Amino acid sequence: MFRAALRLSVSGARSLTRSPPQYAAPLAARCYSHGKQETDEEFDARWITYFNKPDIDAWELRKGMNTLIGYDLVPEPKILDAALRACRRLNDLASAIRILEAVKDKSGPHKDIYPYVIQELRPTLTELGIPTPEELGIDKV
Amino acid sequence: MLSSRALVRGLQSGLWRRVSTTSGMKAAHAQDLDVIDCSVPQYNNRRDTPLPDVPFVQNLNAEQKKLKEKEKGPWTNLTKEEKLALYRLSHELSYAEMKKGSDEWKTVIGGVFFFLGFTGLLVWWQRAYVFGDVPRTLSPEWIEMQTKRMLDMRVNPVGGFSAKWDYEKNQWK
Repeated sequence: MFRAALRLSVSGARSLTRSPPQYAAPLAARCYSHGKQETDEEFDARWITYFNKPDIDAWELRKGMNTLIGYDLVPEPKILDAALRACRRLNDLASAIRILEAVKDKSGPHKDIYPYVIQELRPTLTELGIPTPEELGIDKV
Repeated sequence: MLSSRALVRGLQSGLWRRVSTTSGMKAAHAQDLDVIDCSVPQYNNRRDTPLPDVPFVQNLNAEQKKLKEKEKGPWTNLTKEEKLALYRLSHELSYAEMKKGSDEWKTVIGGVFFFLGFTGLLVWWQRAYVFGDVPRTLSPEWIEMQTKRMLDMRVNPVGGFSAKWDYEKNQWK
């Protein structure tokens, strides 16, 4: 949902079809390019699977996170949940906090995204004992 | 001339940055801090790279190692200070600190104005003490005669010079 709002003009036409679709043609039949376009759900699923790898190693976590932040979107809370659990498996609390900071930074001027993400992640944060940057006081200089 | 002024200004403001200040080597060694080992992955503070290649503090002392061991257990057992310490072990600057601007621009603008003013002083002094008199063709008497001649010649009679002169009343319109 956030990504539809934040994606640039490449997928701009696609965001028009998110609500409601004008016709029932599957996205694969759209004429942007001859490749098949990945849906948001497929994108999310792919990244959740990536972070859910039980024996994910530290490099893969870093690579995945840095790549994800490089995209023109704010990751869905469920992807971030998988990433935070990966941090837990790697015993890396600092990275977990850093991920939350990165999400806030990624939202840019859209100030309502970060509170929503934290709200969605709150059960996970409590379960794993991950503090938010605000709780640690590092969101201020 | 301009580039040397910029150089002086930079030196005066002491803003030459060392390459090593953001490197993990700073925390690792107490020796020569001006050289970083570029053959190994380095730490960096970047908004687009939330998880850098290496933690900021790489050589842990005994107390930090103990904290790292505690990190392997449930994080709910860590105090807030310990969590903050773990964060600071891995990261030099938080996002807020990274994004904070500086007041350097004020120094730069101030320096620019200062040197512009200094140049103005030089220019004035040059005008007052170096240049000789202007040619006689710029003296008021000459200008008067010149203007009379231009009006007699009807210079720009339609939209310009002579059009502004009232020939009946012999004065400017």
